Amino acid sequence: MPDLLDVKGLETRFFTRDGEVHAVDGVSFRLAAGETLGIVGESGCGKSVTALSLMRLIPYPPGKITAGTVMFDGQDVLKMDDDEVRAIRGNNMAMIFQDPMTSLNPVLTISRQITEALELHLKMNRTDARKRCLELLEMVGIPSAKVRMDDYPHQFSGGMRQRVMIAMALSCNPKLILADEPTTALDVTIQAQILELLKKLAKEFGTAFILITHDLGVVAGMTQRIHVMYAGRIVEKADTGELFANPKMPYTWGLLRSIPRLDESRRAKLRPIEGLPPDLINLPVGCCFAARCQYKRDVCTEKEPELKVVPKAKPDHEARCWGTQEGGWLVDVDYRTDTTVMAAVGAAS
Amino acid sequence: MTVTARGPVAQGSTASHAPHLLEVTGLTMHFPITQGLVFQRQVGAVRAVDGVDFFVDKGETVGLVGESGCGKSTTGRAILQLYKPTKGAVLFDGTDLTKLGGEAMRKQRRRMQMIFQDPYASLNPRMTVGNIIGEPLEVHELAKGQAKLNRVQELLRVVGLNPYFTNRYPHEFSGGQRQRIGIARSLAVEPDFIVCDEPISALDVSIQAQVINLLEELQSKFNLTYLFIAHDLSVVRHISDRVAVMYLGKIVELADRDELYKRPLHPYSQALLSAVPIPDPAVETKRQRIILTGDVPSPVNPPSGCHFHTRCWKAQAVCSEVDPEFKVHAPRHWAACHFPG
Repeated sequence: MPDLLDVKGLETRFFTRDGEVHAVDGVSFRLAAGETLGIVGESGCGKSVTALSLMRLIPYPPGKITAGTVMFDGQDVLKMDDDEVRAIRGNNMAMIFQDPMTSLNPVLTISRQITEALELHLKMNRTDARKRCLELLEMVGIPSAKVRMDDYPHQFSGGMRQRVMIAMALSCNPKLILADEPTTALDVTIQAQILELLKKLAKEFGTAFILITHDLGVVAGMTQRIHVMYAGRIVEKADTGELFANPKMPYTWGLLRSIPRLDESRRAKLRPIEGLPPDLINLPVGCCFAARCQYKRDVCTEKEPELKVVPKAKPDHEARCWGTQEGGWLVDVDYRTDTTVMAAVGAAS
Repeated sequence: MTVTARGPVAQGSTASHAPHLLEVTGLTMHFPITQGLVFQRQVGAVRAVDGVDFFVDKGETVGLVGESGCGKSTTGRAILQLYKPTKGAVLFDGTDLTKLGGEAMRKQRRRMQMIFQDPYASLNPRMTVGNIIGEPLEVHELAKGQAKLNRVQELLRVVGLNPYFTNRYPHEFSGGQRQRIGIARSLAVEPDFIVCDEPISALDVSIQAQVINLLEELQSKFNLTYLFIAHDLSVVRHISDRVAVMYLGKIVELADRDELYKRPLHPYSQALLSAVPIPDPAVETKRQRIILTGDVPSPVNPPSGCHFHTRCWKAQAVCSEVDPEFKVHAPRHWAACHFPG
């Protein structure tokens, strides 16, 4: 079965007064139909720009997709003209944005915003579109949807607006949903409601979705596969269980170690990643993470590692790190037992 | 107006011998809603904080958690008298702050400081870092001239920044560094008590940990007392000694950290804890989640009786009629619920 989505060497840059920002720098991944993928990273790592690039929503100027192919359902999205993209966008491929407060049009009623896509893509008439709109709103759990469908966005709470966004994304039965931090603007109890809803709907309709977030906790319960991004590139790819049980890239270790967990009592100290992410205009030579990596060796600052399959791990576990490649110094290391690692590093250098 | 001590303050006082650094009794903060242009009539009130009792001992960290709009930030600000509380008493080291006038309050302010949520909005973009951190020193006449400069440089070093940054402006720094500047400013007057109002929610994951570690280091170094306001329960569990859970203007549960996380009594605390995702798929797939229905009601018109009864799966007739008393259910463990556990 061919992949639903096959991204190869995607490169998105922003041409600013200060220089070229390498926001996404050679991202490749595949997604099968019905699969759920999490993209995790800190702000500025390029995860949102990746999603916007897939939808061809990068504002030009200053942004531009400079290289790569995005095969969606057998067609290259990047080679399409504007009309062709518009036919896909919101139809086969839909997006849920982070901020439900600003991504709805404040001067149109909720029903109008949902029926717009139905009339455009599915060629429904007004009555059918309204009927379908009501169905969708009930499906995402808007109470007394019949009365409320003609309200304006400001009459809805944050959680309800996000439900509307989800209804809108689902309206044309898309094959792929891109959810860009869908719960970041919401409170925890509302976040739980929305995640539960997304999970249920994805299962019901067999929709593939890409969940973009900075919260490792959110992806842990939601996705089958996770890609960790740093400085515009994917630094680790693995199945969700594998990534948490056996992470390989020191950046992933840093992320896992720097968050306190709810089910752990007070520990002596968090171990944060020192320093700051690199400047995307002047990327360092070698590995992007080397400057903050406590396991780095000379090779790391000389040549950039490639994303390679990690030995002694599940077969589709890949990492972008010299230390985790065949014969590397991090292959046998368990990040939880840091002390031995530090001793080994000391002895080797 | 007399305020009788009840809840944790009354019971806490009899149990321990040392007086509390901070005692809050019946703290209420209502913001009036007015109508009319010239003659403004009050037509209602936003009951942001509606009778809150708790105490903070010297050297401890009390976490205050709740969802947005529950009144946790307002509580912090009302304690520091940044808002004039509608009712209630705030005893700081034995002095009732609500009764103090301008100059006396200004003197007290030296002992209590605040760290703000948004490191982009809480630093004046036109002031240099040196002036930002030095201003409290001048206001309280603690140091000037060379002594001030030395003190500013020392403070920068304490929070892990380069002491030669004094002539730079806030825009030259990243979010995490700015938050460090904010922390240095609050430390300048050597306070005893700091209200940390969501100090890390605007920061990235890897930077959050740096700031949490810094706050912990400073606490042990200068024997600071924190009221740590946050919505992230994992972070609160990490940093706090005791935790208070707020819902719609009231503290619904207060207990020692481990007690609260292991044995939450109030249904809202239980729902809140179960809603937090845990970064471990093995745990996540096994967990039973309590999904609350609906949204938080408006604080202008809170529900009758127990504020939580509209979303509570345990609610019975009594819950919509009688406001449950905030009472002790286990040693140092208070909850306001008719059917706790």
